[in-house]
Amino acid sequence: MNILICLSNVPDTTTKIKLVDDNKNYEKTGIQWIINPWDELALTRALELKENADAKVEKVTVITLGGKEAEPTIRKALAIGADDAIRIDAEPQDAFFVASQLAEVIKKNMYDLILCGIESSDYNGSAVGGMLAELLDIPSVSAVSMININGGEISINREIDGGKEMVSVPAPLVTVVQKGIAKEPRIASMRGIMMAKTKPLNVVPAAPVESLTEYAGFELPKPKAACKMVSPDNVKELVDLLHNEAKVI
Amino acid sequence: MSVLVYTENWEGKFKKLSFELVSYAGKLAEMLGTSAVAVSVGNVANDELQKLGNYGAAKILSVKGTGLDKLDNQVFTSVLAQAAAQENAVAVVLSNNNTGKALAPRLSVKLRAGLVSGVTQLPSSLNPFTITKKVFSGKAFANVVVKTEIKVLTLAQNSFELVQVENKAVIQDFNANIDAGLFKTTVKDVEKQAGKVLLTDAEIVVSGGRGMKSPDNWGPIEELASLLGGATACSRPVSDEGWRPHSEHTGQTGKIIAPNLYIAIGISGAIQHLAGVSSSKYIVAINNDKEAPIFQAADYGIVGDAQKILPELVKAVHEVKAS
Ligand SMILES: Cc1cc2nc3c(=O)[nH]c(=O)nc-3n(C[C@H](O)[C@H](O)[C@H](O)COP(=O)(O)OP(=O)(O)OC[C@H]3O[C@@H](n4cnc5c(N)ncnc54)[C@H](O)[C@@H]3O)c2cc1C
Ligand SMILES: Nc1ncnc2c1ncn2[C@@H]1O[C@H](COP(=O)(O)O)[C@@H](O)[C@H]1O
Repeated sequence: MNILICLSNVPDTTTKIKLVDDNKNYEKTGIQWIINPWDELALTRALELKENADAKVEKVTVITLGGKEAEPTIRKALAIGADDAIRIDAEPQDAFFVASQLAEVIKKNMYDLILCGIESSDYNGSAVGGMLAELLDIPSVSAVSMININGGEISINREIDGGKEMVSVPAPLVTVVQKGIAKEPRIASMRGIMMAKTKPLNVVPAAPVESLTEYAGFELPKPKAACKMVSPDNVKELVDLLHNEAKVI
Repeated sequence: MSVLVYTENWEGKFKKLSFELVSYAGKLAEMLGTSAVAVSVGNVANDELQKLGNYGAAKILSVKGTGLDKLDNQVFTSVLAQAAAQENAVAVVLSNNNTGKALAPRLSVKLRAGLVSGVTQLPSSLNPFTITKKVFSGKAFANVVVKTEIKVLTLAQNSFELVQVENKAVIQDFNANIDAGLFKTTVKDVEKQAGKVLLTDAEIVVSGGRGMKSPDNWGPIEELASLLGGATACSRPVSDEGWRPHSEHTGQTGKIIAPNLYIAIGISGAIQHLAGVSSSKYIVAINNDKEAPIFQAADYGIVGDAQKILPELVKAVHEVKAS
């Protein structure tokens, strides 16, 4: 079984967003770039599965659509343990553009199990995984919190609104993963970092694809009014405020 | 022309979430000079379906059929695409919940329709079709232009006011053509979270962080939540430690919620935590450190020891409820 993980290269989650170019863009220099947190968990789970002999995973590949500046993030994934990597050389435009580019590459060399994260922490699209599955015309399972492979069967836990379901779906398929899929993201060892330098990172050109949406500009949220403080000796006042002023209880 | 809206029922009943969706679709249809058509999958009685009319659906397509009791993303996408074609939909609205996130991207590709997820408002302009969504986990908003004729939108939960109208909807059966080979998802087991208010549905959420010190101290949090008819939540380290179930974890890597009231107790207010709760209408913070960042995000705050304040809070809420 071959596993592919779609990695999105995103600003570190603590980044302060600064708008530039008349709010048409955000400041991209001086930012720490990381593997999107869910994609990092997906990679961790794929490596755990590879180490489990019953799962019979031969190879774990990572793929990113992005410019050359995404390469340190890709190398990090290789250092954590991915076997090889693909970079599609283009700037992400929208989810459809990204998914179409990924689909073009994947079609040429199909994987059994494709993992995407539930959302990128930059544009919060929650879109690429499902779009990719539709473009490849294969099943998808969303809100996945567990994946096991046993005797060629892939069993999955997914969250539904109001509970959990255990499902099984034949390969090839896309799973869109969320919290729970792995406990803690794995970190690269010194040896891993050394080995990553010699692992294959194949750069492929982009296909001609049009985006369906466009980011016209950004706005920052309005600053919040100061917090109204209530004395710890007068908890009742808080309840009164919530009841009479905010009218929420 | 129409605006199609996908509603979900739970054991034959609609939740507020579906009425929000229909209200939104109704208003969007008004802007576009057309009407809203709701799609309901599964066995729902006609008087329950009719409720969708009261929030603005002009027509309801009721889809019944074998195999539709469990979500298969390809099958459901195919049903929705067929409904969109029949109704000549110019927009399709789904919830930004687990099901909506599973179906909307597939539908977007099938209809070649630009997708904007997690919207909270109606479009700011129709030409070009421009709509605002949160990005960077709430640290900014983006204005997204949809370039295609058909638009797919997912609506964030609890972000749109219900709109009640005098209206009787037409109910029609809708038979989708589904290729048997499309069913590939086998559900082996279901675990339902029975009897509790769902965190994503709750209008009031009481949440505890590491400042609660031990899982044994959660009694008053649960009591407060049930007293207020709300749900309980927690910060990530609390669920990582196994003090509380993972399903309660809110924040960037957990659930993203927008209740009317979020009470954060012993939570420092890290940026990743706020990413999941900052859309709450009101935030209350209880923390013994007056410098804790949670007070920057809160509307009301008390600096003090949670163990002392919680019992008093429970008592005061009891009194207000009794009065
Ligand atoms: C990529 C990434 C993603 C993350 N995602 C999430 C996420 O989704 N959700 C999330 O919550 N976190 C997330 N985190 C972790 C986050 O950065 C914080 O570490 C976490 O939110 C802190 O949890 P806490 O506030 O419960 O604990 P702490 O930061 O330890 O805060 C405890 C608070 O309790 C107060 N306190 C202590 N004793 C008392 C008392 N007796 N009475 C009242 N107050 C008291 C303290 O003053 C303190 O403010 C993420 C981190 C990373 C790097
Ligand atoms: N540029 C990209 N390259 C590769 N995978 C991506 C890219 N952007 C998003 N993804 C994948 O799609 C998931 C969801 O992203 P999004 O739809 O942008 O929220 C991410 O967690 C990744 O798995």
